[in-house]
Amino acid sequence: MIAYFLLGCAFGAVFMEAEVISWFRIQEMFRFDAFHMFGIIGSAIVVAGLSLTAIRSLNLRDAGGEPLTLEPKPLGSGVRYVTGGTIFGLGWALTGACPGPLVAVIGSGMPVMIVALASALAGTWVYGLLRPRLPH
Amino acid sequence: MPHPLPWYIAGPLIGLIVPALLLTGNKAFGISSNFRHICAAVAPCGIDFFRYDWKRLGLWNLVFLGGVFTGAALAAYFAPPTIQISARTVDALRAIGVRDFTGLAPHDVFAWSALLTLRGFACIVVGGFLVGFGTAYAGGCTSGHAITGLADRQPASLLAVCGFFAGGLMATYFILPRIL
Repeated sequence: MIAYFLLGCAFGAVFMEAEVISWFRIQEMFRFDAFHMFGIIGSAIVVAGLSLTAIRSLNLRDAGGEPLTLEPKPLGSGVRYVTGGTIFGLGWALTGACPGPLVAVIGSGMPVMIVALASALAGTWVYGLLRPRLPH
Repeated sequence: MPHPLPWYIAGPLIGLIVPALLLTGNKAFGISSNFRHICAAVAPCGIDFFRYDWKRLGLWNLVFLGGVFTGAALAAYFAPPTIQISARTVDALRAIGVRDFTGLAPHDVFAWSALLTLRGFACIVVGGFLVGFGTAYAGGCTSGHAITGLADRQPASLLAVCGFFAGGLMATYFILPRIL
């Protein structure tokens, strides 16, 4: 468990120092005025992709002998990804924070964002409630 | 420490979280699952979506999230950033009513005293709700879909990321100019 905590710390510190958790940086991204955020997300995808290829070609396994894998997300009709994604995107631009930064920004000294976090939890809860009635 | 940490250092470090979590315990990187875990822990209320063993599936991720909070707090204390965004963004934001450019976010919007104004309520309360609802509906956020999912070339994640940007652009160009 301590390993997960330390990895989280590293991740949170990088978020902060790269200013990924700033509302201004998110606005700059959605207005296409700087390469910063695109460079971060793009290079993160490339590095993660190369790592996944390496892990697969080395056929690495965990302590229980299971191969290290990611569960593929079932595509289905795709409605949930487009609709849910768009709803999240609206919130991302308004709060200036996706879920990781939403927590990090409280730690950075913006306690009012506790309200945004509580509201996000309420959003997830309402989704759970409405889930049987939503198209997926 | 240079500010901001350049993208070509920050991006690869963030990308390395994916293999690090796989190598540590065969875990998939995804922050928004934690919202579901917290709901399952605190208020399952008999809802199917929250009926599972959150400790077994999610405790590691909640600990990870605790680390994110701590890491950000330590970084903010020891090396506080001085945000300098592009002049074009500053002009555009000024034109729609943003006055304060000194912190991580405009203090005149993200403040306790602004919570009950239209701009504060929309950006904090409504925005937060949409983040929680949307990520749960889409089954992931920037970490689970944009980074992990795209790195794994999953079509579902590509759809989700197109949605993220569609929503973000709508809010940036149509909603924020009307409420700020």
